[in-house]
Amino acid sequence: MSEENQTEEIDSAEGAVAVDATTATGEEGRRQIHDMWVAGTEERADIRQFTDEGAQELLPVEDETALDIQRGVVVDDDYEFEDARDEDELQIINMGPQHPSTHGVLRLHLELEGETIRRVKPIIGYLHTGMEKTGETLTWLQGPTNVTRMDYLSPFHNELAYSLAVEKLLNVEIPERAQAIRILMTELNRVSSHLLWVATQGMDIGAISMMIYGWRERELVLDFFEKVTGLRMNHNFIRPGGVAADLPDGWEDDIEALLVDVPAGVDEYHEILDENPIFLDRCQGIGVITPAECRAYGVTGAIARASGVDWDLRKAFPYSGIEKYEFDVPVGKHGDVLDRYHVRMAEIDQSLRIVKQILETMPAGDYRTEDRKVTPPPRKRIDESMEALIHHFKIFTSGYKVPAGEAWQSVESPRGELGVYIVSNGGAKPWRIHVRAPSFAHVQALPAAMTDTLIADTISTLASMDPVLGDVDR
Amino acid sequence: MAGEVQPPGILLGTLEKGINWARTRSMWGATFGLACCAIEMMGTGAAHNDLGRFGMEVFRASPRQADLMIVAGRVSQKMAPVLRQVYDQMSEPKWVISMGACASSGGMFNNYALVQGVDQIVPVDIYVPGCPPGPQSLMHGILTLHEKIMDGEIRRPVIQIGN
Amino acid sequence: MAEEEPTAEEVAEPGVDLEAEAPPRALPDEETLATIVEPHQSASWVVADDEWVVSVDAADYHSLVEAAMESGFDTFIDLCAVDYFRRQPRFEVVLTLLDYTTPMRLRVRAGVDGAEPQLSTVSDLFAGANFYEREAYDLLGIDFVGHPDLTRILLPDEWEGHPLRKDYAVGSVPIQFKESHKAQ
Repeated sequence: MSEENQTEEIDSAEGAVAVDATTATGEEGRRQIHDMWVAGTEERADIRQFTDEGAQELLPVEDETALDIQRGVVVDDDYEFEDARDEDELQIINMGPQHPSTHGVLRLHLELEGETIRRVKPIIGYLHTGMEKTGETLTWLQGPTNVTRMDYLSPFHNELAYSLAVEKLLNVEIPERAQAIRILMTELNRVSSHLLWVATQGMDIGAISMMIYGWRERELVLDFFEKVTGLRMNHNFIRPGGVAADLPDGWEDDIEALLVDVPAGVDEYHEILDENPIFLDRCQGIGVITPAECRAYGVTGAIARASGVDWDLRKAFPYSGIEKYEFDVPVGKHGDVLDRYHVRMAEIDQSLRIVKQILETMPAGDYRTEDRKVTPPPRKRIDESMEALIHHFKIFTSGYKVPAGEAWQSVESPRGELGVYIVSNGGAKPWRIHVRAPSFAHVQALPAAMTDTLIADTISTLASMDPVLGDVDR
Repeated sequence: MAGEVQPPGILLGTLEKGINWARTRSMWGATFGLACCAIEMMGTGAAHNDLGRFGMEVFRASPRQADLMIVAGRVSQKMAPVLRQVYDQMSEPKWVISMGACASSGGMFNNYALVQGVDQIVPVDIYVPGCPPGPQSLMHGILTLHEKIMDGEIRRPVIQIGN
Repeated sequence: MAEEEPTAEEVAEPGVDLEAEAPPRALPDEETLATIVEPHQSASWVVADDEWVVSVDAADYHSLVEAAMESGFDTFIDLCAVDYFRRQPRFEVVLTLLDYTTPMRLRVRAGVDGAEPQLSTVSDLFAGANFYEREAYDLLGIDFVGHPDLTRILLPDEWEGHPLRKDYAVGSVPIQFKESHKAQ
């Protein structure tokens, strides 16, 4: 609409009001006022009688959709076009929540101009499980059952962060062997998680064979988990006070076999991917995140390290005696998908290096604390003593009490900083559990990585962030 | 002869068997991975367990090309309408496997956010227990479904849910 | 995108540096803390484990966080809210910031009134606070004043109530077996 036409309309509308507005009734009168309102003229005293309910009344009656949006009956998903752009050239594509490459139930709103993404809006919550609320109804001992299901690719890290936070409030000493078992399991978990990442990253950008290869080595690690904990995932193995059980006989042989098989597999990945032109084309310079963006969005872990941020919680805030083991922190340069690949592959090597040191230096001793407050009496005592039986029963039914206070503990999960903030009011159940999920921050940073890139790179970027939706939505 | 149930004739009997056999041997699953169970579902399809032995290695991203929906994981209140829509998009004949405790009954999360059992939204043929069920459990569930299809009729009864 | 692409020489060497050393751990520098805390009357601080915990009123919250950001705590880590229910003030917003270089953590605890849970947003300082504040709004009903898009994030838009509040039931569905057990 040209300016001339607009002014003409204003004139005519004003004229109409001057003559008719006070006498016009029903639909006709409304429409006249609407015309005038759109044209931007001043409100007058004689119009107010029609506009008691504000702008809603000013719309033409037949425009039901627009009216509904104004009333809030229809939610327009708060998505607004920028005025500078021509609306016809922008296209909105909805990706997910049921999409094979969103790693779960993530939904992305992509605003495209041609093939270029102009805006991304991640929509989450499709896997919201209410775990933080459920956690308030479980005892401290039952807590790991709950948190282990959050980030289902690194269950041990969830349990470890939770247990360390509870132990901070309990103030108990953990035996060295228990700490070594914890580090052993979490580092192996990092390996299995990164192997799955390589598998899915390959699959998402077309290297289906990587899916098969990545799972081949991951199964070996999972077999070890199954032998130790009885489950392939969601182990509930690391608990406040130590771990659930000692390592089985012959675990050294299993680890030695793993230390041979997994690096051999990783070498094969390097052979397949490192100089693969398609892989390089789809990863190099894609999905770049700068160090400043990492800081602002709270992006941590392998993604931040790929951007050149030399930051690893295991070095900065060591936990469970990880400072005793030697390992390097791989740091990237460009912050693109390819660097994330290199960093994660190097992290597999470093984790196996830690595992090897643990194999050589595993201390003898107990696998859980001797503190009878959090640890049930040994099986033999239960047969002999009534008090021991009652004690055992009380711990597993009503649980133990944890001193009032707050504690924050974070560990370096395969995805980044996994923090647990717990509040206790001195009771047998947590008052509040909050989990700082690394994937939550990474999904939030997707717009920073994706804006003004091509739509074909969406999958590559998204896969390289390694989001776990159970972690995002909790 | 009126009132007596006739045994199926030679032609119809074998045709039904043949069609059922064909259905079980090339069952394509819709990827409906939601949570932890989805990882185990991927593991079932990968090298170690090799779902390809049962003609099932193809997981279809588009529900219109799939005839088996494996609901792998917890279904939230927000996801429930999406799940039902995906189910409606699948063409008949279609089957549903509810994988894991959360999909079957809500599991350990009996709270405000989760649908307590996916059978409230879609008709379920097989429930696979476990949290998460291992690949072997899932394969057992799939084989049980195959048996069920072989024993059943070509047409499945239309089940009306809701309105 | 073109200018972001690494050149051939850069690519030739894999972009991973194994020699980089982690920054040395420094002790809490109380002068830094004083510059953050002292301008604000309501603020008080303690050292808990390996982090500083600063408690502050809702009115001083934004300016204190801004001061902290300027003195080096420029990495956003976490924001969550806690419902203390019968305590005054009822809610508490807990913000965790990080200083990469020292390294040091700062936890800011801001009390929020129960009747009108309002707090000024920090999403103008940290882009990362956006989703976390939406989560706190969604689950606990804290109104972050000035937030660009304060809508529900985890629950469906039409959801009523804020589940993590203590007066919101867990919403468990009675299980048949348990109910019949109770009835006997």
